[in-house]
Amino acid sequence: MLDNKIWVVIPAYNEAKNIESVLKELKTVTANILVVNDGSQDQTRQICRNLHVNCVSHKVNRGQGAALQTGNELALKLGAQIIVHFDADGQMQVADIEKMIEPIIKGQAEIVFGSRFLNNNSKIPWTKKYFILKPSRIFNWIFTGIYLTDSHCGFRALSKKAASQIKSTQDGMAHPTEILEQVKYFKLPYTEVPVTIRYNHYGQGFSGGIKILKNLILSRILK
Amino acid sequence: MIIQILLVLFAAFVLLKISFKFLQKKINLREFILWLFFWVIVIVIVILPNITTYLADLVGIGRGSDLAVYLAVLLLFYLVFRVFVKLDNIDAQLTKVVRKEAIDEFESKIKD
Repeated sequence: MLDNKIWVVIPAYNEAKNIESVLKELKTVTANILVVNDGSQDQTRQICRNLHVNCVSHKVNRGQGAALQTGNELALKLGAQIIVHFDADGQMQVADIEKMIEPIIKGQAEIVFGSRFLNNNSKIPWTKKYFILKPSRIFNWIFTGIYLTDSHCGFRALSKKAASQIKSTQDGMAHPTEILEQVKYFKLPYTEVPVTIRYNHYGQGFSGGIKILKNLILSRILK
Repeated sequence: MIIQILLVLFAAFVLLKISFKFLQKKINLREFILWLFFWVIVIVIVILPNITTYLADLVGIGRGSDLAVYLAVLLLFYLVFRVFVKLDNIDAQLTKVVRKEAIDEFESKIKD
């Protein structure tokens, strides 16, 4: 079992198909699960209720970045010392959570990023690996000066300090880059931990990457 | 030319609309004068297109109609940019409201 100061935040938008098994598995290691139902039109909320899992609901869909920010704020209010970002679609391994929080518990980092590239367990489609993930690393480096082996894995652990300092304003899928920016700005010590991701669907394709880029550039111009 | 008649009629129609809006107090005097000015100039230019040649010469552009197109494109870019900024703000505000409402609802349920 995980320490009860650790909260797992799961953004979910129309995840009724996958979320039940994810929640059941998570419940074996912790009771501190917080699903952020981001305006789902399916049974996502009902499933959480049936499983007696905490669920906070956006009335309308605001995007993954917005959902994670809501999750962070609420988890902090509920007394979280460490917040773990976990996906609702069953890609991530519950067993990896302990590895993710370890550097924070040991005081080596305030924020930990999961990486699909530090080991070779994740079967990433090669087009995704070379045409989407590699370029996005370089974009992140250009935008933030931080070069991670993996950019948008979505598996993250944040200390209380990191979670209260980082304020995401990118509602959509550009938030991982924004998080890096703020890690740099607040000089938060960070590290990467190898994780295994199961690919049951492709996720963000190339057009998604372009959209992220557009949002980032726009936010630069508008600020 | 037919195009001139059509454009003048259109401008006159817009002027009429603006006047009504002003009379119904849906726009203020400042906006009224601004739009009045704009559409009167449009009418003058449509009837006497050659006067723009003078302006175009002044800034070093060959034809008056080219100048009009350049200015129109610039104006549109600016307006689109403003809409973008506005939309971005509204988006951020909406997220704030949705987030606050979601957290409040969650907390009130815990107390029950």
